[in-house]
Amino acid sequence: MSKSIVLKNGKIVDVEKIESYIGDVLIEDGIIKKVGKDLSADETIDCTGKLVSPGLIDIHTHLREPGFEYKETIATATRAAAAGGFTTIFAMPNTNPPCDNEATAIYIRRRNETTGIINVEPVGCVSKNREGKLLAEMGGLSRAGVKMVTDDGSPISSANLMLLALKYSKAYNLLVANHCEDTSLSGIGVCSEGYYSTLYGLTPIPKSAEETMVARDLILAHEADARIHILHISTSWSVELIRQSKSQGTKVTCEVTPHHLTLTDEMLGSYNPNCKVNPPLRSKKDVEACRKALLDGTIDCIATDHAPHARQDKEVEIDLAPPGISGLETALGQLFAELVHTGIAPAELILSKLTAGPAKVIGMDAPIIKEGAKADLTIIDPEKEWTVDPENFYSKGKNTPLKGRKLKGKVFATIVSGRTIYLDGKIKEEVC
Amino acid sequence: MGLKRKHLLGLKDVNKDEIKLILDSAESFKELLGREIKKAPVLRGKTVVNLFMEPSTRTRTSFELAAKTLSANVININASTSAVQKGECLKDTVLTLTALGADYIVIRTSMCGAPHFISTFFGGHVLNAGDGINEHPTQALLDLYTIREKLGKIEGKKVLILGDIRHSRVARSNIFGLQTMGATVGVCAPPTLIPKNIEELGVNVHYNLDEALPEYDIVNILRIQLERQKQGLFSSAHEYFEQFGMTDDRLARHPDLMIMHPGPMNRGIEIDPGVAESPNATITDQVTNGVAVRMAVLYLLLGGEANE
Repeated sequence: MSKSIVLKNGKIVDVEKIESYIGDVLIEDGIIKKVGKDLSADETIDCTGKLVSPGLIDIHTHLREPGFEYKETIATATRAAAAGGFTTIFAMPNTNPPCDNEATAIYIRRRNETTGIINVEPVGCVSKNREGKLLAEMGGLSRAGVKMVTDDGSPISSANLMLLALKYSKAYNLLVANHCEDTSLSGIGVCSEGYYSTLYGLTPIPKSAEETMVARDLILAHEADARIHILHISTSWSVELIRQSKSQGTKVTCEVTPHHLTLTDEMLGSYNPNCKVNPPLRSKKDVEACRKALLDGTIDCIATDHAPHARQDKEVEIDLAPPGISGLETALGQLFAELVHTGIAPAELILSKLTAGPAKVIGMDAPIIKEGAKADLTIIDPEKEWTVDPENFYSKGKNTPLKGRKLKGKVFATIVSGRTIYLDGKIKEEVC
Repeated sequence: MGLKRKHLLGLKDVNKDEIKLILDSAESFKELLGREIKKAPVLRGKTVVNLFMEPSTRTRTSFELAAKTLSANVININASTSAVQKGECLKDTVLTLTALGADYIVIRTSMCGAPHFISTFFGGHVLNAGDGINEHPTQALLDLYTIREKLGKIEGKKVLILGDIRHSRVARSNIFGLQTMGATVGVCAPPTLIPKNIEELGVNVHYNLDEALPEYDIVNILRIQLERQKQGLFSSAHEYFEQFGMTDDRLARHPDLMIMHPGPMNRGIEIDPGVAESPNATITDQVTNGVAVRMAVLYLLLGGEANE
């Protein structure tokens, strides 16, 4: 029997009801033994003034392994995730080889068992070899426990393949997700098209590159009567299209990244390749539309799109740099600083969009802090102020546009299956 | 006497006093260029590297001549014959040049913001000689100089920039520089070659050249790359010339127009040979003035350094 732990006097967040209450949480043998008052255990973590949330879930994480271990590995990504408060992350399949078959999905699970420290769920490809031509073996992926398929990093450009995927995936209860980008419109662009792309002389990416494919996919999902998940939504019109489709009964869900909720295209004036991301940072109006959609439920969840890159990848001209932001370790601080402390959204709602939200998208049970539930928990100090220093990241990817930025709100502890793996700024040594 | 800034990366954030200082200094340097012995010891012992990652004749020659006239050591690096061909990244190229003692890097590149990028780690002065579709500040400065020289002042003048505005670093730098100096700027091109929201920069947008011309004192004609036609941005060179070309007929209808072109020209595509060689055209003056303006910039970026 393992040591019991009590999380004392924290503000326990109910991510279903979007409310919180003061209490203690007793953890034993990897599960929540009891929730109540005046509980005691072998070990006590004082949570006074802190939020006790179900473990955060990120359904959009690039772990880069296998194939791009110089950018990130399952070992480093899971440590970064733990430091960011995530207890479960979904590994995007744009690896080498891509995760388009059962064996690769199992390999990722095995690698996580031996090198990772949190839960990693492999995501499969829609198409064989991520080529956008023929369907991947979804049955095999499903057998390996895969719940979602996408060619993320690339869109499903062919409408026919998308329609086939939406239909075929139903046999295995797989969720099809798409990175919506018409590449004939986005081309070699770097900056969202608008005032700032014109001012800064950066090759523009029109918003329609995203919006036209969102619209197409909504129509296809409607026709196939299938579920669809739209990845990293970023424009006001995309949001509006989804809002409208939801009201008409289309089974659509969508996610937004912390950066599309907090940063704008104005930042590109630095020509800093760390501001280059796909979809690109958008205008203030788009950011506001995404925030509104998060509050009214049009946007189901927040996902990081953590996209680590090596120094040599990003220390080049912005036109040459690959897009992507290393986001696992800043997500929570960024969301709290910009949305919670500014009064835009309550902490409980943000946490719900990082827990119950993604769980529902994937089709998992909502994580609730109650007796008998798995003890995957995140403790947050909402008042903690800190400055982003990428050199302190656990992630190999130091590529963040937030370097030097002051944030408010930080993960205090991360608990996976009852084990405290991250506490007060450090991954616990015994898990390494 | 000098500029307070270390680099010239663009005209977006260069103020009126700074531009005036550059143009005034260029005037003295132009006088020097008219002398029998064209030499001043201003940059003696300094090394100017022309790092050209894209083909260029006039800008590179102009910078070379400017630096040599100021007695600098000049090194020309051409991407097609450098280690860039072996896959060297820009950072390493610049670190190598630093180690070789470069005091200035004059960079021409197809990559937007590359001069800004190297300015974050190069210890000397960075001069943007054209970065992708972003800026070409010395071209705009020489255009400003030429306008002031020909018309006495820039303030209150109305300048129409004609051609591929969307992909033009010359247009962007001219818009910023002209507006800072109090001129009114319009752009004229097919809508596919006009960047989005440009009117928010305070620029008038025209799709019809004949309607626009009566409103302007100066037309600055941009080179139209035939590549754009292959990308489908306009239908044919013939149609472009008909609607947007600066033809003999159009000049005849507006005989007081000042005609500018940064070169290289496509005769018969954006400009009639008769227009290019008319007394209205300042095209060769622009080239001459370019040397004086670049001398002024090289000199002024030293700040107080040169007089110490």
